[in-house]
Amino acid sequence: MTAFVQHSPEDRARMLAGIGVTSFDDIVADVPASIRVKGGLPIPEGLSEPETLARMGRLARRNVGGAELACFAGGGTYDVCVPAATKAIASRPEFATAYTPYQAEVSQGTLQSIYEFQTIVTRLTDLDLANASMYDAATALAEAVLLAQSARPGDRVLVSPYLHPNHRRVLDTLLEPTGVTAVELPSRGARTDVSGLRPDTLEGAVAVVMQQPNWLGALEDMRLVGAALEGDGKPLFIASVDLSSLALLEPPGGYGADIAVGDAQSLGVPMNYGGPSAGVFAAKSEFLRRMPGRIAGLGRDARGQRAFTLAFQTREQHIRRARATSNICTNQALVALQATVSTALLGATGRRRAAELSAVKAHALAERIGHVAGVQLADSEAPFFREFAIRLPAGVRALDVLRAMTRDGILGGIPLSNVPGGGGEGLLVAVTEKRTFEEIEAYAGALDRALHQPNGSRAAEMEKVS
Amino acid sequence: MSAPNVRTTADGDARVIEPTIFELSRPGRRGFRLPEENALADHAHGIPERFLRHEDADLPENAELNVLRHYTRLSTLNHHIEREMYPLGSCTMKYNPKLCEVAADLPGFRDLHPAEPAEFVPGAIELLVDLQERLAAVLGMHAVAVQPAAGAQGELTCLLMARHYFRDLGQKRTKVIVPDSAHGTNPASATFAGFTTVEVPSNERGEVDVERLREVVDEETAVMMITLPNTLGLFESKIREIAEVVHAKGALLYMDGANFNAIVGLVRPGDVPFDFLHLNLHKTFATPHGGGGPGAGPIAASAALAPYLPTPLPSRRDDGACFLDDDRPKSIGRMHGWYGNFGILVRAYAYLLYHGRDGLRDISETAVLNANYLRARLSGEYHLPHDRACMHEFVLSGSRQKALGVRTMDIAKRLLDFGFHPPTVYFPLIVEEALMIEPTESENVETLDRFAEAMLDIAREAREAPDVVKSAPHTTPVGRVDEAGAARNPDLCWRGRCG
Amino acid sequence: MNIPQELRYTKEHEWVLADDGVLVVGVTDFAQAELGDIVYVELPSIGTRLAAGETFGNVESVKSVSDLYCPVAGVVADINTRLGDSPELVNSDPYGEGWMVRLEPENPADLEGLLGPEEYSDYIGAEAE
Repeated sequence: MTAFVQHSPEDRARMLAGIGVTSFDDIVADVPASIRVKGGLPIPEGLSEPETLARMGRLARRNVGGAELACFAGGGTYDVCVPAATKAIASRPEFATAYTPYQAEVSQGTLQSIYEFQTIVTRLTDLDLANASMYDAATALAEAVLLAQSARPGDRVLVSPYLHPNHRRVLDTLLEPTGVTAVELPSRGARTDVSGLRPDTLEGAVAVVMQQPNWLGALEDMRLVGAALEGDGKPLFIASVDLSSLALLEPPGGYGADIAVGDAQSLGVPMNYGGPSAGVFAAKSEFLRRMPGRIAGLGRDARGQRAFTLAFQTREQHIRRARATSNICTNQALVALQATVSTALLGATGRRRAAELSAVKAHALAERIGHVAGVQLADSEAPFFREFAIRLPAGVRALDVLRAMTRDGILGGIPLSNVPGGGGEGLLVAVTEKRTFEEIEAYAGALDRALHQPNGSRAAEMEKVS
Repeated sequence: MSAPNVRTTADGDARVIEPTIFELSRPGRRGFRLPEENALADHAHGIPERFLRHEDADLPENAELNVLRHYTRLSTLNHHIEREMYPLGSCTMKYNPKLCEVAADLPGFRDLHPAEPAEFVPGAIELLVDLQERLAAVLGMHAVAVQPAAGAQGELTCLLMARHYFRDLGQKRTKVIVPDSAHGTNPASATFAGFTTVEVPSNERGEVDVERLREVVDEETAVMMITLPNTLGLFESKIREIAEVVHAKGALLYMDGANFNAIVGLVRPGDVPFDFLHLNLHKTFATPHGGGGPGAGPIAASAALAPYLPTPLPSRRDDGACFLDDDRPKSIGRMHGWYGNFGILVRAYAYLLYHGRDGLRDISETAVLNANYLRARLSGEYHLPHDRACMHEFVLSGSRQKALGVRTMDIAKRLLDFGFHPPTVYFPLIVEEALMIEPTESENVETLDRFAEAMLDIAREAREAPDVVKSAPHTTPVGRVDEAGAARNPDLCWRGRCG
Repeated sequence: MNIPQELRYTKEHEWVLADDGVLVVGVTDFAQAELGDIVYVELPSIGTRLAAGETFGNVESVKSVSDLYCPVAGVVADINTRLGDSPELVNSDPYGEGWMVRLEPENPADLEGLLGPEEYSDYIGAEAE
């Protein structure tokens, strides 16, 4: 009997008697014998708690990541500061072991924290509405395009060539049944060429999707896109954004986006090997009844108190079924809570400074890398926030460089193939507020050694050990 | 749950239990110091002005202790499984072993970047593969993919697989059949996969009416989705016949695994045989629900459907080495930005290791025993529309109480005064005034008895003092919310400036 | 249950009033009571051509959505814009200020095919059983 089943043999006998049967088999008599498991499940017997944790620890120790290396990998997931207090709150069983707040009277904690999350998202994005979260940025983006498809006639969605490639793949998967296809806009260096967005080229498009900063870290001319899409009945302007950047960069509402999506992870949530994060979904108020996902609202209770509740549930699958705005049920509430608490701890000033520090340090690293022989910025013209692409010397494999850099304690970025403006392999390099100037120096040194002293770093390491 | 101290807002228009974080804010307060903040004095960020925002986002400023107190006070307003029983039918609110939390918080899992080269993270990939293999063994299915982030996403993934599968066969099939007792996600997922939903009625035993099913299934049917046990908590005793009817027309049989906690170690879906299915790890495999998520919705497929599983698929080579397989030409593609909710998968893996073969079976048996014990205790006072042994949950009807003017929602709210979370109410739709009760294996017999006494007390109150029930709850932090008012005058984010 | 004598009815619980060649359509007292507090009414644009039985909008309460079905074929001549801000009018005055659309019927004789007050009364009586 497992430690989590509490019945003694006497309890069991009393319960069976109460049910009016003599054995458990009588209860499950409706289960055809022909499909019953015979001889037990083909998996090992259970372990004790210490044995289980020892085994988990062994698996965890085989991985090398942000705990061992200074992480310069980004691409939508960033090694940002996660305050200790955030973990303390998110570990509370009152938040962690509650269900969806359907019974408002005993769910005010969850409901109010969702409402605060929605408020933070609307303030960062400068849009009217936000929901309680989607699975991740990729699915939030796909849901935004599905919303556009329901709101506008057309069979195409125009997308930046520099969307996160995985987000683009998720979009393609989920668009396939709709008959709407994604058509890529042209590129210019590391940026999207949006100069061709005119009434004739927008014909038949349900939306234009841009990412800011884009996959290669470059800042796009979002105002130009907003201007091209201004006016009733135009394709929707969907912006996929880095939420943490919006403490510094122009918000989507400022450049005319109808919908903003993104990942809450960069607001102060552990990377978790890519999940769980939380997808962010914000929109102009005219799309309220087309919004996917849960929304918390503020009202009054029968006693005249302020009280929070789930709002506009008639959009959702449990009521509207086949005609719901989305099939989403479970979302990422606990992660949204972490993003909320982290933002509350940093505050307006801290959020802005975190963004500024990221930008300052990223620009410092770009400058240092410029002095590493043979390495170039993929697009030296493109302004960036905290992430940029570099091109490695011809014939050099990005994976080899990353491998070598780990010896200096650096996770050097995300490998890129076919870097814009000349091809070849490269790295996508991100710098967060958590990286120190010492680590930035170490990065430049490690890159230099990786390229120019194939065995040098190993020698240095041996020296350190001796 | 006792009523906390109530304050009055500055403008005096409503009583407030806990102000928002925006009202608590005072300019200049900080709850976190960033590394090398002083560098901002000497360095410019270099981003051109036209890309910047003009004024700071109006975010709250609070010291660390104030933030902790705010969210700790908010937390005390929540019902949760570590406080008291949470018999929310179809949601499987079981206890989650703490060791799973410890495992997920190991830096070697928590701090991994998803774009790291696979060779840097062999332990993570092996965990995904081993979890898939163990789930496949428990399910009796050919292959498992853990990428879907939730049950509904698992459903959608499988329906997209069906779409691609029939296209490859050159068959045009447009219909998805669901029982009238199905979860709302089933028809919603069918719509988003491009199918039309057709409902098949349940019979007087609360099972799919096989004769009606025969009339509905045809060459245009792609998939029959069925929850097993069904949402009435009943095992579909004709499940093998249902499988034959569906397969005879070339259609696929899908299991909504939301209720799998009832049959782990009793039935392997692959033996029915189901063609594909999803599980909710946050239900059966004890990962916490987090106030609505994150969960995880792994899917399993037969050999014929396995080529369509989403990519990248954690896989094992013949030599035993694990890798992320992105070279699967028939795959439907990606469903998630990375590999799914990895942190949740770590918890579920720890749960599987910990409980093992016999533990998993004992848990399911106990869940079923507990549900039947409560069913027997309550079916005298409450109408039990399907009077037979149930699996992990059962559905009562509040029809007798309704005749006294007491609605199921009133009963649910009154339970809050007894300290219990109410059952799922008004679902499934086919039972009038439904009360769907799932005690799970976590409760001991004393707790089950206390819950039964509370339900019986409320039934007595409905006869003798109905107003007490109709005006409930009386002891919760807030009373019933004026939902119509909240819907007519939407307030979906705080408008006030931060203090 | 209020079932005015001068109106015609449908099995989907709409009422129809013939007003000088134009048909006024709304939902019945029975329907509003079943739905509960109505929080939103979605109506078609003026000029929309509708077939008999086609959905022309929906009414939302807090926990349900119900489609509105066009009683006879016609073109939408006017909609009750007050319901945008005050959907509760459907609850408080379903046969008056809670009206929904004015319809120019394709064939005014179609009205004869709808239920009379007694038939509707019997119908909801049977449905309640």
